[in-house]
Amino acid sequence: MAGKLKIHVDQDKCQGHARCKSLAPELFELDQFGNAHEIGDGSVPPGLEDKAWLAQANCPEIAIDVTEE
Amino acid sequence: MSNHAPVTDWVHDFDHTDPRWTENPFPIWEELRAECPVVHTERFLGCYLPTTYEAVKQVAYDTEHFSSRRVIVRDVRPDATQSAPPITSDPPEHKPAKQLLLPPFTPDAMKRLEPRVRAICNELIDEFIADGKCDAAARYTKHIPVRAIAHMLGIPEKDGELFIKWIHEILELGIKDNDTMMRAIHEMTAYFAGHIEQRKRCPTDDLISTLMNARDKDGQPLTDVHVLGSLRLLLIAGIDTTWSAIGASLWHLAKTPSDRARLIAEPELMPTAIEELLRAYSPVTMAREVMKETVISGCPVKPGNMVLLSFPAANRDPAMFPDADKVVIDRKENRHAAFGLGIHRCVGSNLARMEMTVAIEEWLKRIPDFRLDPAGQVTWSEGTVRGPRQLPMLFGSAG
Repeated sequence: MAGKLKIHVDQDKCQGHARCKSLAPELFELDQFGNAHEIGDGSVPPGLEDKAWLAQANCPEIAIDVTEE
Repeated sequence: MSNHAPVTDWVHDFDHTDPRWTENPFPIWEELRAECPVVHTERFLGCYLPTTYEAVKQVAYDTEHFSSRRVIVRDVRPDATQSAPPITSDPPEHKPAKQLLLPPFTPDAMKRLEPRVRAICNELIDEFIADGKCDAAARYTKHIPVRAIAHMLGIPEKDGELFIKWIHEILELGIKDNDTMMRAIHEMTAYFAGHIEQRKRCPTDDLISTLMNARDKDGQPLTDVHVLGSLRLLLIAGIDTTWSAIGASLWHLAKTPSDRARLIAEPELMPTAIEELLRAYSPVTMAREVMKETVISGCPVKPGNMVLLSFPAANRDPAMFPDADKVVIDRKENRHAAFGLGIHRCVGSNLARMEMTVAIEEWLKRIPDFRLDPAGQVTWSEGTVRGPRQLPMLFGSAG
């Protein structure tokens, strides 16, 4: 069984497409400029793993890292 | 105004204003992509076309070799360029110019605008629904972005036909007719200068005031050239592009009953469908000017040339998207580049998505069954932005 997932948005790469926020609103938040960062420390609550992978797969800037602990 | 000789050899030549491209560019891109990741034409004083997603991405990310000071590929290349920050800005000017425009266009800001857009869509539909037929481009898709951006800018919606005239003159006619383009730019500039004067007397909280109130890092107001250029950009970018995307989406749904049925049965599919429609029918092609020699996907690229930065062609690249030439409305992985890649990501992307979503939702709610009118003809805009400019539909008892 997979370990816990952790997500991280690379702030240098994020250009504010906001696909992640649309696909996984529980995991990402947007700042006043519409740029994204992971909520909290990026730990993905159980049951939301698919959304984390989907967000990564849809970021046009490939700005989202998903790591397994 | 000059007309171009038709393209006869699409492998060593291309022309995004050629009628064959305007009517159906997708097979042309397939042909070109099979030939080379970057093709070239002597037209437009020399221009490259990257044909793959990878090549387009490389150009978009490389602001050192490719400048945004010219973003439209034209027959002429006057020494003086028209400044429209941030789209024509290179680093380091780009970031501050863009940042001040980001807060009014966040998804949250768009949520506040959404009820108004929904009301606009229904007002428009009220006008033609009893007719059983309409030109959806003239009666629906055109008006939604005009009214939305006019509201954000704080300018009268009733001036919409004037905005559309200027856009046609700048983006379409202006490719070949410099006098017409310059006249339109001067008219737009005078129009906005008038609105700026009004706001000096009576401040407002619209985008015009946002630009008037902006301060640079030294605490100075933006120059007139900057403010007026940005306002022209917001008006042009806010209309033609989204009008095209909504229109192309309705065109697709008119001829694809199975996709209509799915969207009606599964409304939660709409966000995914919108992204796929953006990928398949991306309206906007940008451009860059080559400043220094470099290599893109193995192809040498020399200064003195433009690059037609075709995000639509990138979005049809089978190396990036399985079944690239099919509209798969539940496509799960969709890193499309319809809003660009890198620092010039479209400021209005959240507005565009909201308008598209609302326009299609409201149309499907009120007119679930519709088809293209076989007695009419769908015509597409030419050049930089591609979308239907005539979209005859039948529906209701006639549909």
